[in-house]
Amino acid sequence: MRNLINFIKKHYYFFLFIALQAIAILLLIQSSHYHRSFWINSTNYISGSMYQRYSNIEEYFALKKINKSLIDHNKKLIKQTPYSFLKTDQNIFEFNDTLYKRQYTYINAKVINNSINRRNNYLTLNKGRSHGVDVDMGVITPSGVIGIVKNVSSNFSSVISLLHTDVRISAKIKKNNHIGTLIWNSPNYRKVSMVDIPPHVNVEIGDTIATSGFSTIFPENIPIGLVSNYDIKRGENFLTIDVELFQDFNNLYNVFVIKNLFGKEQKELEEETIKEAVSW
Amino acid sequence: MEKLIFRYVLRFLLLVIIQVFVLNKIQLSGYINPYAYIFFILTLPFDTPRYLMLFLAFFLGLSIDIFLDSSGMHTSATLLIAFMRPWIINAISIKKEFEPKSFPDLHNMDTRWILLYSIIMVFIHHTFLFFLEVLSFSNLFSILSQSIISSFITFILIIICFMLESKQNKRI
Repeated sequence: MRNLINFIKKHYYFFLFIALQAIAILLLIQSSHYHRSFWINSTNYISGSMYQRYSNIEEYFALKKINKSLIDHNKKLIKQTPYSFLKTDQNIFEFNDTLYKRQYTYINAKVINNSINRRNNYLTLNKGRSHGVDVDMGVITPSGVIGIVKNVSSNFSSVISLLHTDVRISAKIKKNNHIGTLIWNSPNYRKVSMVDIPPHVNVEIGDTIATSGFSTIFPENIPIGLVSNYDIKRGENFLTIDVELFQDFNNLYNVFVIKNLFGKEQKELEEETIKEAVSW
Repeated sequence: MEKLIFRYVLRFLLLVIIQVFVLNKIQLSGYINPYAYIFFILTLPFDTPRYLMLFLAFFLGLSIDIFLDSSGMHTSATLLIAFMRPWIINAISIKKEFEPKSFPDLHNMDTRWILLYSIIMVFIHHTFLFFLEVLSFSNLFSILSQSIISSFITFILIIICFMLESKQNKRI
């Protein structure tokens, strides 16, 4: 026993190292689970408010760019209003519009922290639970998908970027509605890959890729990028398409968080079906 | 003694802030990111108790992790270099005894020693960090080239830190 104590005393340094290293590795492992409800991330009070302060300063230098992108977005929206259409049919008829029911609402947020140069990138937004943001909501800009909310605190939220090795987003080729999965596996932050497309599908360079609307997170037809290349990798039966993103992730300021009002309903129904199918 | 502690606390905070708000914002060609915060571990006094060094490394890495959302990666890599520091110092110095409270800088040690010491520490830290980041050996070459380039930039930054520090010491 005394020998053991002496041994530990002599090498306490080594054991301390192993213990602390174990804590670090534990943190690393638990972070790969989808929901980490742990304070070691940038949504906690101190780092969140520091990032907020920093971005308040930095924003001044980007006002020109932000204005330009807002003008572009406005232009797009004005084009869709009834005022910009010439009425060709002068017959007047009334209808009670029950055809449409609101499915998505949007919360605007500011990006206060962002990275593009790591394998797994995250963003921090300045809106949190008290503004209605919740886990698993989608984040977009007018020109593309940004990511999915992973953690929320009362005033901040942390988003897994599309530039993250664990993110898989259902997308389609806009012209023929074929569905595939978007993943990011290249070091280039302007490019993602679309996989699981059968080889008979007609793809051409320059085709638009948009969201499929199959998940409960993103609405349909949000633009993502253009096809820049495609081929069948050796030993695989499916096409791999390189997609050049519309959105420059190095240049993110204002984003929208999407709230799907029917998301819960859809998810419950789908889970129920799966459960019943298993019990047969 | 109090002066020394105050100085290291200040340096800790300053390095974390510079790392988070300056160095992480410089994104050189997408993939390269210098991590100069380990300058803190490099310049701890020679007679720092080993347990203290490990705890300091742990908290330094943790505070970087909190800001970068990297969950334990920097903690692990910083711990590793803090653990290996005594052996590395032992291996590369001719003189094995150091005056109490002296620390590695351009006055106490010669320039070649500082260069060698920094490059070994930086390279171990960066290589380990990039391996953890990918957690696989699949694209060994790209990891290696990335860690070499990043190490080189961090190395230059750390040498600049050493030079600034020696200037400051002269004034005192």
